[in-house]
Amino acid sequence: MCEYETVIGLEVHVELKTRSKIFCSCPTTFGAPPNAHICEVCAGLPGALPRLNKKVLDYAIMTVLALDGEVTRQSRFDRKNYFYPDLPKGYQISQLYAPIGTGGFMEIEEPQKRIRIHELHMEDDAGKLIHDEGSGMTKIDYSRCGVPLLEIVTEPDFRSADEVVAFLEKLRTMLKSLGVSDCKMQEGSLRADVNLSVRKAGDTELGTRTEMKNLSSFRAVAKAIRYEANRQWKVLCAGGSIDRETRRWDEEKEVSLSMRKKEDATEYRYFPEPDLPVLFISDENIDEIRSILPELPDQKRIRYIEQMHLPPYDAGILTSSPEISALFEKTAEMCGDPKEASNWIMGEFMKILNDTSTLPENISMRQESLGEIILLLKEGKVSRASAKTLLQAAFAEGAVPSEYAEAHDLWQISDPDILGKAIDEVLEKNPKALGEFLEGKTKNFQFLLGQAMRATSGKADPTSLSSLLSSKLEDFRQK
Amino acid sequence: MTREEILKLSAYELSQKIREQKVSSFDAVSAVFKNIDEHESNVHAYLSFWKEEALQKAKECDEIVASTPDVSGLPPLFGVPVAVKDNLLLSGKKATCGSRMLSDYIAPFTATCVEKLLSAGAIVIGKTNMDEFGMGSSTEHSYFGATLHPMDPTRVPGGSSGGSAAAVSYGGAFAALGTDTGGSIRQPASFCGLVGLRPTYGSVSRHGLVAFSSSMDVAGPITRGTRDAAWLFNNVTGADPKDQTSAGVPKVELSEMESYSVSGKRIGIPKELLSDGNISGQLQKAADFFTSHGALVEVFDMPVLEYAVAIYYILSSAEATANLARYDGVRFGYRAGGAPEISELYTKTRTEGFGREVKRRILLGNYVLSTEHFNDCYRQAERARKLVCRAFSEAFSKYDFLICPTSSDVAPLLGTIDQDPLSTYIADLCTVPASLAGIPAVSVPFGKQMSRDGSCELPWGLQILGPRCGEQEILGAARFVERGGEDRV
Repeated sequence: MCEYETVIGLEVHVELKTRSKIFCSCPTTFGAPPNAHICEVCAGLPGALPRLNKKVLDYAIMTVLALDGEVTRQSRFDRKNYFYPDLPKGYQISQLYAPIGTGGFMEIEEPQKRIRIHELHMEDDAGKLIHDEGSGMTKIDYSRCGVPLLEIVTEPDFRSADEVVAFLEKLRTMLKSLGVSDCKMQEGSLRADVNLSVRKAGDTELGTRTEMKNLSSFRAVAKAIRYEANRQWKVLCAGGSIDRETRRWDEEKEVSLSMRKKEDATEYRYFPEPDLPVLFISDENIDEIRSILPELPDQKRIRYIEQMHLPPYDAGILTSSPEISALFEKTAEMCGDPKEASNWIMGEFMKILNDTSTLPENISMRQESLGEIILLLKEGKVSRASAKTLLQAAFAEGAVPSEYAEAHDLWQISDPDILGKAIDEVLEKNPKALGEFLEGKTKNFQFLLGQAMRATSGKADPTSLSSLLSSKLEDFRQK
Repeated sequence: MTREEILKLSAYELSQKIREQKVSSFDAVSAVFKNIDEHESNVHAYLSFWKEEALQKAKECDEIVASTPDVSGLPPLFGVPVAVKDNLLLSGKKATCGSRMLSDYIAPFTATCVEKLLSAGAIVIGKTNMDEFGMGSSTEHSYFGATLHPMDPTRVPGGSSGGSAAAVSYGGAFAALGTDTGGSIRQPASFCGLVGLRPTYGSVSRHGLVAFSSSMDVAGPITRGTRDAAWLFNNVTGADPKDQTSAGVPKVELSEMESYSVSGKRIGIPKELLSDGNISGQLQKAADFFTSHGALVEVFDMPVLEYAVAIYYILSSAEATANLARYDGVRFGYRAGGAPEISELYTKTRTEGFGREVKRRILLGNYVLSTEHFNDCYRQAERARKLVCRAFSEAFSKYDFLICPTSSDVAPLLGTIDQDPLSTYIADLCTVPASLAGIPAVSVPFGKQMSRDGSCELPWGLQILGPRCGEQEILGAARFVERGGEDRV
């Protein structure tokens, strides 16, 4: 088989984290009982009119700015018409002719590449159909209707699943840093549809593409891309052609299945939404929103490298999620040592996350914990081993490090009287080892140190213990 | 006062008499229901009314008046019985919109304009008949049967607010609210010898008005006189956070209306709105009337109005297509039986639930929005609509107001309208321009004209159009016409 190239573009739907819906004041809470959060507007009752939630517009503009896009100065909504039972009005209020943002880009690191943004538009979400296998009936939950969505459409700039996943991960971090979305794929607050085509390597024309839906995790995205590219290429190599169609990813069987052909796809009959006025967005509006934009992950990364002198790799990891970078900044500030803070997070803390399969957004540990632990370590109050135990406890049970150390007797002993007594006992019990040492068998020092450490049940401050032992042995030599 | 004397009062006069305790609200409501009892079986102006409830409310009003030392604090329409078109929601009451689709639909909330009437003290006594979802100009397109002309049962009262016009005409209400998309307030008012005001688009909230064409729908009064029209308008207008296309406009000063004179006014007549380009009949008399009172009247060209009917039908049908998509049998309203699959449910429900005219508009709307025709139909109409707006702006830089007939005809015979939809649509030529431009227009009775079949003379309405927020001007002019000129001192 000859070489082929995969060309991918994304349509990313992001649920915006506003308290109320896009066109009414119903709450957007996820997981409420069916149809608990509906009113005449989001349920599409006769006589009800949409009224735009200004927060949605602000969040959309923030995102456009964060992606270096152009904010449309006279933006408008359009009606996208189709019949489906989860769509109470019979149309979705979306944006086709004057979307809120156009252009922009995001850089991904591995491989280094710029992904261009085609456009961003606001729209209302639809409800959910729940198929009851037992009765064969379909039930409808309209609570999600009117939850604000921002759709981010990229140019077809991706060439591999890895690029797509890198982009999605970075986009998620950015949107979470902006505070505009939770980006939880499992809850559907981040949904990516994949437009994919393949062509012979070196060709410049695009092949026929398919659109893939129902991708509920980054892993599923990657798998689906690999599967679909391979499927298309096999069809083409066998002399077949690709149908322009929408396909559904079956996560269990790990195959993509045809949902509907483009020919019999609905004609959406878009036209301008007459119920909502044109949105006139001034320079002042944009400047105001720009001034409240938080520091973005890329800006943070550069600051970590240039001002905190962290290696680029560390800076990349530390800015990969807003929770991690917040923990890092707090820790670095408390212990006054960014490198040490970074080492602990990159090492021990990441290991705990991995071992417990915890996502950064689900971390419940107090942000101050790690800083406190590093300080205890630096002050010699706990050993490195105990510090690790303290971090485990702080992470798993939310333990306060000093209290936990007290309760579990983890304090390190550095009192010279206690340590001296322990050493004297060891030397008394091990005259042979002592004798050999004095005759020049220097490696017996390690043995004696180990015995002394054991005598303190491992709680001795190793530095103090070692120097005290040295001086005691020196005393013997002098005798 | 006797029942006849009470019924002769305007809504405004009645409100004064009620607070002066010269007429009780109870007697006024009783008088209205006596008329309803007498005429409703012939006219069929109402789709629903609630006599006992209305009388009870009237009693309460009278008690409050009797026990209030300072009646000036009472709301303006206190105790006045009014009717409301069936596409305006009143919580807990049916809102059928003249459609089988909503034949059992109970409104769960109240329209802002109706709420405003209620808080102004009015007693809403019933909901009036209409062409299904406002689509039609005869009130024959109601699933519940046609409304007949109160003066001649062989004729239509106009539409789509034909029920409101008929009810006010026979004394079944002191005033009514209608809605106007392409002329649905003005044309029935004209046919029934009443005043009908289409206010500036957005000056009356559309919240609770069941949408037909969102960019043109507006609610407004149908009354026996101009003063009532202005008074009702003042009481329903206002910006509403529930309708982002609404905006506050100046209220009409009733005293200024009384002192208004056309002397020195410049009045334009768009040539394109005249049949064969000439002024004749009642319009000629109206022009002469204004001239004789010192106004300058001239015919001028507004070429873009040739396309007004086409623009109107393209845009209103496109919007209607989407606005009516929610009637699918899934959540509320009519649901067809025997349709196990969802697509079948949609098709059967909408086939059985909608009438001919509604289906015609849905088809038209889908046609103009289809990929194939979007650019040459919808887009062109959208552009042309902007030209209409610009042409009106230019016209109002030259003229204080414009006049034209409200309709090319007086009330036609039943059953004659639907025979040729195209010529019916063309009959809307004089009313749709104001709808496209969002400007206010009022129809005021101006004598009678011989019916087309030559059998009798029927009321003729003069339409007066003003710039956006020009209600004061056009109602002043309408009042001047109503008074028959300057008061002789």
